[in-house]
Amino acid sequence: MLGPGARSGISALPEVAWRRHARPQQCPARGARAPGVAMTSELDIFVGNTTLIDEDVYRLWLDGYSVTDAVALRVRSGILEQTGATAAVLQSDTMDHYRTFHMLERLLHAPPKLLHQLIFQIPPSRQALLIERYYAFDEAFVREVLGKKLSKGTKKDLDDISTKTGITLKSCRRQFDNFKRVFKVVEEMRGSLVDNIQQHFLLSDRLARDYAAIVFFANNRFETGKKKLQYLSFGDFAFCAELMIQNWTLGAVDSQMDDMDMDLDKEFLQDLKELKVLVADKDLLDLHKSLVCTALRGKLGVFSEMEANFKNLSRGLVNVAAKLTHNKDVRDLFVDLVEKFVEPCRSDHWPLSDVRFFLNQYSASVHSLDGFRLVAQHVCLCPGVCPSHPPVSPPFPHSVRRPAER
Amino acid sequence: MPGKLKVKIVAGRHLPVMDRASDLTDAFVEVKFGNTTFKTDVYLKSLNPQWNSEWFKFEVDDEDLQDEPLQITVLDHDTYSANDAIGKVYIDIDPLLYSEAATVISGWFPIYDTIHGIRGEINVVVKVDLFNDLNRFRQSSCGVKFFCTTSIPKCYRAVIIHGFVEELVVNEDPEYQWIDRIRTPRASNEARQRLISLMSGELQRKIGLKVLEMRGNAVVGYLQCFDLEGESGLVVRAIGTACTLDKLSSPAAFLPACNSPSKEMKEIPFNEDPNPNTHSSGPSTPLKNQTYSFSPSKSYSRQSSSSDTDLSLTPKTGMGSGSAGKEGGPFKALLRQQTQSALEQREFPFFTLTAFPPGFLVHVGGVVSARSVKLLDRIHNPDEPETRDAWWAEIRQEIKSHAKALGCHAVVGYSESTSICEEVCILSASGTAAVLNPRFLQDGTVEGCLEQRLEENLPTRCGFCHIPYDELNMPFPAHLTYCYNCRKQKVPDVLFTTIDLPTDATVIGKGCLIQARLCRLKKKAQAEANATAISNLLPFMEYEVHTQLMNKLKLKGMNALFGLRIQITVGENMLMGLASATGVYLAALPTPGGIQIAGKTPNDGSYEQHISHMQKKINDTIAKNKELYEISPPEISEEIIGSPIPEPRQRSRLLRSQSESSDEVTELDLSHGKKDAFVLEIDDTDAMEDVHSLLTDVPPPSGFYSCNTEIMPGINNWTSEIQMFTSVRVIRLSSLNLTNQALNKNFNDLCENLLKSLYFKLRSMIPCCLCHVNFTVSLPEDELIQVTVTAVAITFDKNQALQTTKTHVEKSLQRASTDNEELLQFPLELCSDSLSSHPLPPAKAVTVEKASPVGDGNFRNRSAPPCANSTVGVVKMTPLSFIPGAKITKYLGIINMFFIRETTSLREEGGVSGFLHAFIAEVFAMVRAHVAALGGNAVVSYIMKQCVFMENPNKNQAQCLINVSGDAVVFVRESDLEVVSTQQPTANCQSSCTEGEVTT
Repeated sequence: MLGPGARSGISALPEVAWRRHARPQQCPARGARAPGVAMTSELDIFVGNTTLIDEDVYRLWLDGYSVTDAVALRVRSGILEQTGATAAVLQSDTMDHYRTFHMLERLLHAPPKLLHQLIFQIPPSRQALLIERYYAFDEAFVREVLGKKLSKGTKKDLDDISTKTGITLKSCRRQFDNFKRVFKVVEEMRGSLVDNIQQHFLLSDRLARDYAAIVFFANNRFETGKKKLQYLSFGDFAFCAELMIQNWTLGAVDSQMDDMDMDLDKEFLQDLKELKVLVADKDLLDLHKSLVCTALRGKLGVFSEMEANFKNLSRGLVNVAAKLTHNKDVRDLFVDLVEKFVEPCRSDHWPLSDVRFFLNQYSASVHSLDGFRLVAQHVCLCPGVCPSHPPVSPPFPHSVRRPAER
Repeated sequence: MPGKLKVKIVAGRHLPVMDRASDLTDAFVEVKFGNTTFKTDVYLKSLNPQWNSEWFKFEVDDEDLQDEPLQITVLDHDTYSANDAIGKVYIDIDPLLYSEAATVISGWFPIYDTIHGIRGEINVVVKVDLFNDLNRFRQSSCGVKFFCTTSIPKCYRAVIIHGFVEELVVNEDPEYQWIDRIRTPRASNEARQRLISLMSGELQRKIGLKVLEMRGNAVVGYLQCFDLEGESGLVVRAIGTACTLDKLSSPAAFLPACNSPSKEMKEIPFNEDPNPNTHSSGPSTPLKNQTYSFSPSKSYSRQSSSSDTDLSLTPKTGMGSGSAGKEGGPFKALLRQQTQSALEQREFPFFTLTAFPPGFLVHVGGVVSARSVKLLDRIHNPDEPETRDAWWAEIRQEIKSHAKALGCHAVVGYSESTSICEEVCILSASGTAAVLNPRFLQDGTVEGCLEQRLEENLPTRCGFCHIPYDELNMPFPAHLTYCYNCRKQKVPDVLFTTIDLPTDATVIGKGCLIQARLCRLKKKAQAEANATAISNLLPFMEYEVHTQLMNKLKLKGMNALFGLRIQITVGENMLMGLASATGVYLAALPTPGGIQIAGKTPNDGSYEQHISHMQKKINDTIAKNKELYEISPPEISEEIIGSPIPEPRQRSRLLRSQSESSDEVTELDLSHGKKDAFVLEIDDTDAMEDVHSLLTDVPPPSGFYSCNTEIMPGINNWTSEIQMFTSVRVIRLSSLNLTNQALNKNFNDLCENLLKSLYFKLRSMIPCCLCHVNFTVSLPEDELIQVTVTAVAITFDKNQALQTTKTHVEKSLQRASTDNEELLQFPLELCSDSLSSHPLPPAKAVTVEKASPVGDGNFRNRSAPPCANSTVGVVKMTPLSFIPGAKITKYLGIINMFFIRETTSLREEGGVSGFLHAFIAEVFAMVRAHVAALGGNAVVSYIMKQCVFMENPNKNQAQCLINVSGDAVVFVRESDLEVVSTQQPTANCQSSCTEGEVTT
């Protein structure tokens, strides 16, 4: 299980901090040119047989700073004092790197090209770094666009996102275009989503999984922007996406099949309707409740609350599941889950461990229900969220495994 | 004698989209050699076509094989209109014609278009079947090997070094006024590329014929240049040194050059008895003999002739041969006679080599140079290159006579260059006058020679510093002392040379790059008036460049310059002079004196104070530099040396002969310490500026060294991390009342800033040395100055001791221990390899061990197993003749490429910087691709000979011509994995430093 802390691979925290504190005001390099000297630089380049990549400058470039701003930021980092260089040298160096990155960008759009091209001699580990950093994204940004259609319309809203998140518009565009590019390439592909992404974009396993989540969310248009969902991190959603890809898609059933990991299995969603019996049939509901209560007695801190609320919670979960045949309801999956399940739990101050116990037991008990075995099995993987705890894992309460008999 | 050339077109990849409708391309390939053309089938609708063609066979003469390049054109098939060219590949098949070089050319070549640059790649296989056996073949010039390297190539042995070969061919330039002409965009530039390719092939073949005539089998130090003479045409000329080379069966016998310097240095007897011989020595001067081309009279002819200034040659002509030195004894005389007889047969006893087999160089006289200003004639007949030949012959004759005046029979480190502006052309030649060991020049083996040398000619360690001329009949006033090393023979106080530091020379401390920079305004003029004006300016420029070099050398506390290269560039309204050299402290030469400042008006108190302040600053700088470059020569008391009888009056007068007040100045105390000081006179603001500019040169940041020779004296523990680079800068001068001073300052700032930028960019390689720093200045337009620098940065190991011979045993022990380490590490390496074959190992992506510019070597080893993803092998490039930490096992042939790139959308391509940046990167890529296709993994002795950039921002156009060359080689790393300093015991480092030994 991954919490947000472990996810610094994609949303490098120091960068964010830097961005906040080091807003560039004005470039000293411009003013640094002595007024008396009667010369202007027309052309200034440096080309190495091995292409020079300065990680710091690359980061500034990725973050969308102009050369002027980047120079100002570099000056602030104290590099001049360390190296004894002048602002003019820094300006020239930054320009050079920006030019190189600009030339590399075309290749970075199709990373395998970067590996095969002959123009830039770059050691493999550096190539990997270039690609990985180029496709890295900001947590704040991805939360804004997660689940949105990767269309021109959304692209127009990037200004607002930029203002809201403090990420430069240029960086927003790069990240958005990355999402869209990956989406376009893997959209129609067969086989494992993560593998496809890895193969075509040469990303690390971690980053490829993240992109799989983004693509999956974009394809199914899950609503993640509601205020109620704001407390959830990208990592939380990515966790859910991974489980859903594993269990709810066509690819999950049979990897040989002509379909892919992106779309939810319609048939399966249809089958979920059968779960209604769990709340519709009074006897079954009571039986289910007693099974769960027996198993959890003494183990749950909030046992009485659970016992009192069982009917509501169960109804909430089952209704959410049963509605998934409608696209609209698929989009609202996370909103519904939070409303119907997470919030009741939170108001009763369920600790995280209790939520986990409950959900596990809730789904396990279904197996013992007569006449239900053939319908479906609930596997509650997710321990839910307690307001007093940071969300260690997604609030997604149940992930439903397909019926074994299919 | 025919041969059969076979070509197979395998596949293409990353082709550009030529059909907008389908976003695809219907590509086919035309293969052309001479007048024969073959075509592949059209591969429909693909950006990665697989032609897999049959073998196209061309049956051709070997003359054609040498002259013609193989032309491969990739086109897009179009049913209705003309086929669109995607791009071209020129392949020089010359390397396939030597027996020992490449056997097949096979690989991915970038498809190049003069407008669009690289557009995808094509996989080609080329073979040559020679019908005749090698012996017969050798009768044509095909078998002759060419090397750009200016020393005997590492895996060869010089049997005989024959001497100078030169040739030039001329033709009309298909395109000289590109910007204003109406033409199809690509056509003329492509014609130009093709023509130059053809001309260089022809040139090489002709040179080869000359070599065969001399019974040689190779050309070493081959330097080919293009003169774009504009309207009057295109000249391709080449010089080189003909040799007979033998391939060494075990190349291990040759140590890499980086390990060699200053071995056994402590054997040098410093406390040996001084030679009692007390000759009165003449006055001193830096050893330099220059001539300037003047128009001798007002009646200026179309071609200005060249003449000497104040150094009359007449009395010297007979001097060198007859009365050999009393110092040298009979051997020297004999040697001289032999050498002379060996060399006299030659028209020009010149050698383009800069480094020599041990024992080859006996004495070094000093730098000789000659320049001449010519008007390019409008009428031009391609079939008659005689005019150009005559020009060069004239200059070479002059060089020869200068060398003779210095008592030398040969010129080594010889090079030629031109600078052209409109119809005026400055031809320059320079070299180092030297006395050579005759045995290398005649039949006989090197070994025999070496043995004899050891018997007869004792210490050569300082021998090359000894004066070759007769001290009683000196060609110019010079200040001589007894050699500080052997105490037997005379040495000058300062030595300037164009060669690399001999590997057996004793150097104290480290060396450094020394540059003299100078601008002179010139009135715009036409034709003859212009040539006269330039001729008149030249001597003053030479003089000032020389003074600057001397001052800077003294300021560094050093006494010799190596690799001196003075470039004079002519522009519309100015002349630029740039001299680069590597300063060192030769143990055999006397300690340089300081620099003394003298004011003209001693009455003024505040002025005097100012002077003394400046003096203090200069003295501080000298002291600082001595510390920085670790120059601490042994203190030798005056009596031991024998008093050198300085004549300061004469000396200073000579050095500042133009200052009228020198007499007055010399009244001041000149016996600064035990040595006479170099006097700088501050008589006006100009002089003040000069002194200031002396002090403005900032030393490189700590951890950085720079030199323009192959290796840095005093550093030889190189690691394998190298980074070759090219940097280009163009500045625009504001045309408002430019003065010489402002110009000088601008130029100086330009060079200094460029160096600073380099130091900054390469900071992650510290401790590191910039080697073979090669500056080129050009004046593309009225107010533009362009400086191009190519160099290689090599990291060295600070902690590791210098590997002298006595530590070799230790070294091998260390090697053994590191081997163990390697064994331990190997499994780790393996798993990282297996990881890297996976698309992207996350661990690798996160942990990037090394900062940027380095590591192509390291990664090469690690990425060795060809994983599906990385198919591009690393090709190293270096201007040096060796690769640190590696052994060159095979020379695959010469790389000599010429590219033109043009654009009509300059702004869209990122302006001039974006345009040129991309172009240079493409040139590197094409060089690497050719080397890789030959089966090589490095280019040594790489040089960018020309980088002509022109722009027309108003029309949004630009054009650039680049000419590069080098030797394609295969190298093997000495130890498969360079395990860096951590495993090296650091205990013995400091104590066994060479410097330490010498200074005690």
